[in-house]
Amino acid sequence: MNWVNTILQGVLVGGLYAMFAAGLSLIFGVMKLVNIAHGDLIVLAAYVALIVTDGLGLNPIASLLVVVPVMAVIGYCLQRGLLNRTMGDDILPPLLVTFGLSVILQNGLLELFSADSRRLQAGALETASLQLADGLSLGVLPLIQFGLAVAIIAGLHWMFYHTALGRSFRAVSDDPRVAQLMGLNNRHVFALAMALSLAIVAVAGVFLAVRTNFDPATGPARLIFGFEAVIIGGLSSLWGTLLGGILLGVVQAAGAELDPGWQVLAGHVAFLAVLAFRPQGLLSRASR
Amino acid sequence: MTASVTRATRTSTIGVVVVAIALVALALGPYWAGRDGMRLLIEAYTYLVLASLWNLLAGYAGLVSVGQQAFVGLGGYVLFALATLAGVPPLLCIPLAGIIAAIVAIPVAAITFRLRGAYFAIGSWVVAEVFRLGFSQVAALGGGSGTSLPAAIVQGMAANRTAREHLVYWVALGLMVAILGLIVALLRSRYGLALTALRDNEVAARSNGVDVERTKLVVFIFAAACTAMAGSLIFLQKLRITPDAGFSVNDWTALVIFITVIGGIGRFEGPFVGVVVFFLLRETLSDLGSIYLMILGAIAILIMLKAPRGLWGFLAERTDAQVLPLQRRVVARGK
Repeated sequence: MNWVNTILQGVLVGGLYAMFAAGLSLIFGVMKLVNIAHGDLIVLAAYVALIVTDGLGLNPIASLLVVVPVMAVIGYCLQRGLLNRTMGDDILPPLLVTFGLSVILQNGLLELFSADSRRLQAGALETASLQLADGLSLGVLPLIQFGLAVAIIAGLHWMFYHTALGRSFRAVSDDPRVAQLMGLNNRHVFALAMALSLAIVAVAGVFLAVRTNFDPATGPARLIFGFEAVIIGGLSSLWGTLLGGILLGVVQAAGAELDPGWQVLAGHVAFLAVLAFRPQGLLSRASR
Repeated sequence: MTASVTRATRTSTIGVVVVAIALVALALGPYWAGRDGMRLLIEAYTYLVLASLWNLLAGYAGLVSVGQQAFVGLGGYVLFALATLAGVPPLLCIPLAGIIAAIVAIPVAAITFRLRGAYFAIGSWVVAEVFRLGFSQVAALGGGSGTSLPAAIVQGMAANRTAREHLVYWVALGLMVAILGLIVALLRSRYGLALTALRDNEVAARSNGVDVERTKLVVFIFAAACTAMAGSLIFLQKLRITPDAGFSVNDWTALVIFITVIGGIGRFEGPFVGVVVFFLLRETLSDLGSIYLMILGAIAILIMLKAPRGLWGFLAERTDAQVLPLQRRVVARGK
């Protein structure tokens, strides 16, 4: 029963990792941009949520109504004002600019909020759980988190293939020059993709902040978890991203069960094993 | 009329003379720099080495690694492991660290090279994290809280503290000259021509017969070995290592990237300019703490956007200057 519990908890955490990964994979799909500051933006969202919950007295779930639009606007402005200038065939500028951004965000948060660990309080919701069997219960909050992750992935999938926005995302992804000739404003489309990515980041940041302690230095690990989920699942597959997140969560939970020091290490090793034996990821046929 | 290929220019002839004079002055460092000055110089040498190696990887071979701290920490840990557990003399550990890192780099490359471009960057970072978490589990090396070099081993290196400090200084200078010399030799060799072609256009290089994968692998292994030797030296001077210090992404990769980007990526001279700017900024702004790092990050972003070839590239493009004779050019000669 202990192991069933461990695996179930791992699956639920995997939903959070899938959220980290979905934002990353969305902007890579649309504009081949790998955002090194992705994890730090998740932590930024957590601090925004902290200010909102403290300032307006909202509970964390309700704070999403403020945090999501705020992060989306930040994403739009970031892309329009800075990252669009780095787009091109050379991979160095976007990589190094987002790397610089990551260092600026970490140190900026450190300056504003100090290195103290913080956490969002969710009140009664935090401890509420569903009793499935003797010694086996699922927290309500992790269940909401997992449900939202599935909804986000399904929503992205639907958006990509059934909406005008999704069509323009696919168009600029296939061929930015032709897309522009067809009347799309690539700069605007890229900025919308980043806004959407950071809206997902906002949800991820809020749930991260309720689940664990966070401080300004915790961003890079979130980037790595999201990245691992993307690669494990397969680069070109959104549902693969969810599967990758779940697998990463389960492997980490199993590692932690064996020895607390192995939690993160086990996830990394699983990622390297996938890279060595199935580099295209579990749910993708295309090689990269 | 005939044409020949030459690398030397007027500026590079002057440059070689200036470099030679500077080397003599630096070799005499212990007699004019003082204890703090020597420590600063050693730090500058190691950062110059790390930045030049990262420049070789990212600027020439297109391998934008964010995980070179893996090899800095590995070098440091090899030194501590061999010296304390096997009784190997510390200075001998430095070349051994290079050899071990070269061997470790082969499977690392086999896995991370499956990732392209920007994804390679994060993949290399994961490898460094695996090393950090892995060494945290090794109880014989102090686990997560790290280990120190025992006083007996440190004192055994030289007759007294002054002699030891001079020795470490000269080893640091010698290592820097040797590694930079190897980089120059590499850039002037067939691999250098392949690398320059790779830097300028990977597809064109491939179609002209450059074995891209092989060239990248050679550069990666070379950089890993040299980075590990620099890492050994860094921690030989610090006398203490922890997993977080050894595999620090901020100290051994972020700062190194900023130095290279500010100085000029894809140019041999870039890291020299970057190190000078970095140390000037640090000595004037370090009181600002984390704001100083934000300023450094902002400068790097600004340079990436406005002068992507860095301060040296900006200068060299306008004046056609080069300090060392590296760039091949065709010279027409009348009969």
